[in-house]
Amino acid sequence: MKLLMALLCGTLFGFGLALSGMTDIANVIGFLDLFGNWNPTLAFVMVGGILVSLPFFQFGLGKIKAPLFADVFRLPTKTDIDGRLICGAALFGIGWGLVGLCPGPAIGSLAYLDIDILYFGVAMLTGMFVTDFVDRSLTAKS
Amino acid sequence: MPDTFFMALAGGICIGLATVFLMITLGRIGGISGIVFSAVKNPIEYSWAILFLAGLILGAFLFHFISGHPIPIFEVPIPLMLAGGFIVGVGTKLGSGCTSGHGICGIGRLSVRSIIATCTFLLLGFITVYLRLHGSVA
Repeated sequence: MKLLMALLCGTLFGFGLALSGMTDIANVIGFLDLFGNWNPTLAFVMVGGILVSLPFFQFGLGKIKAPLFADVFRLPTKTDIDGRLICGAALFGIGWGLVGLCPGPAIGSLAYLDIDILYFGVAMLTGMFVTDFVDRSLTAKS
Repeated sequence: MPDTFFMALAGGICIGLATVFLMITLGRIGGISGIVFSAVKNPIEYSWAILFLAGLILGAFLFHFISGHPIPIFEVPIPLMLAGGFIVGVGTKLGSGCTSGHGICGIGRLSVRSIIATCTFLLLGFITVYLRLHGSVA
């Protein structure tokens, strides 16, 4: 049941990505071209998403004791605003601006069977694992 | 308003609902960068993440299959694809999230970390695209 729910949530997410236009690089670059020829369309994706997530996390979640198919809600616990967060977000923004793909659309677009997307995905995973490896080496040393 | 605005809004609502359902059913945050990393790093424990990602691909396919909307064309040089992908990977791991985890879920939770992260990656995205398209970087 848990796996079926995961598949359904993923499918709805992927459907939303394609419907919204997030899987079209030209659209994304148009949205990020704020200081040039701005196409505001994709701002509505975030508006739509937050329109649902905000009321849920602020008012709905507190009324539910536990998830339907898991023991506990796993919410992020970090609260520190540090260089790591800022540098990470900054790098992510640069990579996003270079190609026009963020992780969700990068995976969803695999549906288009375009080999170029796979290059992006493999490079993205490499970046994540290199960072994770360096992280763990540094923690082990200190 | 043009149709694309409504499609973007409807798509965003689907994404928001998907993250809400994922939290209600499995108690997990719908942040794709984290889900991708977990799925590859620990596929046995995170079998749900693999199914979620399979759904992501299936969902994108279904949209084009049902609507007949043309499939987007990707014309990005391979070195740029590789560089962009790598930087996105490093950035999302360092910054603990991407557009979905910080932008949709984190802002929904009113997390200060996520609000700052979202403003930062949007700003850098704007600057990068400006420099790429309009900058006269010799």
